[in-house]
Amino acid sequence: MADEDLADAARPDPVAPGASRRRRRGGAGRAPGDPRNVAWLYVLPGLAFYVLFTLAPLLHTVYYSLFDWDGLTEKTWVGLANYSEALRDGVLRDAFLHSGILIVYYAVLPVIIGLMLTAALTRSAIRGFRFFRTTLFLPQLIAGVVIAQAWIWIYATDGPLNRFLELIGLGSLTRPWLGDFTWALPSIGAIGSWVTFGLCMVLFIAGVQKIPTSLYDAARVDGAGAVREFFAVTLPGLHNEILVAFVLTTINALRNFDVVYNTTAGGPGGETMVPSMYMYQNAFLYNRVGYAAAIATVLAIAIFILAAIVLRVGDRSERT
Amino acid sequence: MTFGRLDRAGTYLVLCTFALIAIYPILSILFLALHRKEDLVTGFAFPTRIDLSSFEAAWTEGNFATGFKSSFIVAATVTAVSAVLSIGTGYAFGTMRFTGDRIVFPIILLGIIFPYEATVIPLYYDFSDVPLLHWHLLNTYWALILPQIGQSVAFGTFWMRAFFRSTPRSLIEAARIDGATSFGVLGRVLLPQAMPAVLTMSVLVFTYTWNEFLLALVLVSGSESHQTAPLGLSFFAGASRAGDPTKVAAAAVLVALPILVVYLFLQRHFVRGMLAGALKE
Repeated sequence: MADEDLADAARPDPVAPGASRRRRRGGAGRAPGDPRNVAWLYVLPGLAFYVLFTLAPLLHTVYYSLFDWDGLTEKTWVGLANYSEALRDGVLRDAFLHSGILIVYYAVLPVIIGLMLTAALTRSAIRGFRFFRTTLFLPQLIAGVVIAQAWIWIYATDGPLNRFLELIGLGSLTRPWLGDFTWALPSIGAIGSWVTFGLCMVLFIAGVQKIPTSLYDAARVDGAGAVREFFAVTLPGLHNEILVAFVLTTINALRNFDVVYNTTAGGPGGETMVPSMYMYQNAFLYNRVGYAAAIATVLAIAIFILAAIVLRVGDRSERT
Repeated sequence: MTFGRLDRAGTYLVLCTFALIAIYPILSILFLALHRKEDLVTGFAFPTRIDLSSFEAAWTEGNFATGFKSSFIVAATVTAVSAVLSIGTGYAFGTMRFTGDRIVFPIILLGIIFPYEATVIPLYYDFSDVPLLHWHLLNTYWALILPQIGQSVAFGTFWMRAFFRSTPRSLIEAARIDGATSFGVLGRVLLPQAMPAVLTMSVLVFTYTWNEFLLALVLVSGSESHQTAPLGLSFFAGASRAGDPTKVAAAAVLVALPILVVYLFLQRHFVRGMLAGALKE
């Protein structure tokens, strides 16, 4: 039920006919509603926590990023020097590059897999969907630290993955996956795909069920095959769900800290270094607080821009 | 076999395959945890008997009684306080117009998208000596509770606002004509209906807080008695994986267990919360 509620909430409030409209100060010249400044009484406590412990630290991070500071002695104002260093820092560039590769594993692959599977499943009603939904959703709830332990075992030299490869005659491919210079990043990426593909599938399957069957009937009357039906009906119908899946999984990929910290800690040889890990190291291991704050700021801006781009592109494609 | 039945069999084959992929990593670490170190398990490690000795050892050696206590105190406090605060903010933004509402709400929404990773550095320094007040909050539960209430209020405001906007205005108007105060409208008319939405929100906030890692690593790793369960697992894994992987596996299962149990009973809320919450984000 709440799903529909939320869809409704996105639209502007319709004015209930006959509702008594009271206008007090602040209400004149605005859409009719219920201007009541008693609302501040309800907003202030929650807002105070948010401003003090989320918004202020965020701005404080930006402030720190303008200083050279080891966390102990006096800060020195350096203006944008930390940012110009960030531009030249090869490790940070690699970290963002790795994030870009992780986006393929966290966002692009799960969305494509999810869409393909949804297309394959569209035509038949699925009995026991609740069971599948429960199972597919499971990876979403598990703590990153736990996920890391589970996959360290799967990737271990004598773990299930290598044993499986031996079983099917690919014993030559076995390796300590997370310690391998070439394979460590894809191995982390695969963990991300595992975490997010279920979310995409459940989102898409639920979305397909909201597409009116009349659209499918019409497509079939027009003689559309499965492929055309997918591109003409299913894909446009899943517009919102695809957008949401992309935003969520992309943000996940960029923020990734727990899994990297607990599997490779950025190694081997920096091959799995990601921005949040590098920020942590600079702030709390190398005592380069100002520089770490600059990395955090860049990361926050990158996430904001990516989310905005995905939403903007999505908006435009909906209108056309 | 008709085409339809083949089609249907294919559907279930695909679903079962992916369900298996989703659940296998969790099963495999459970299998490992059901062994002892002396079993020297490799590969798939299907358990031949139920041996819980690794769980016992992990619980005591990893000091998880403390970890669970900390995690529970933090997660329960964050969930309860942010629920109360979000009901308030959601009520205001969902049913009232007031000076500044169009500026304040987007600012709160920002908190859902922006990464909290970008807040840990100042939190660390400010909590080691709170400006003006000179409190030392580092390595206390407060260091974890306060920031996570802030983050949860951002999500909770958005969630409860959507709910309150969907309740019929006539209900509120009728109660007001009967002379109910704004608090009366909330407490007697809206809140009883809002309980499922509040439960969904609470389940999600509890899960996120229980699973949180970076804040715990930065803000309480200096005090063993305040370490959360995930932080304890991270330390325990680092210290004992080489020695005995079965114990680390058991510890990992233990840390995941409370959320899995809640999921078993309230899975509808998890799925609804994550999907609907996502769809408006």
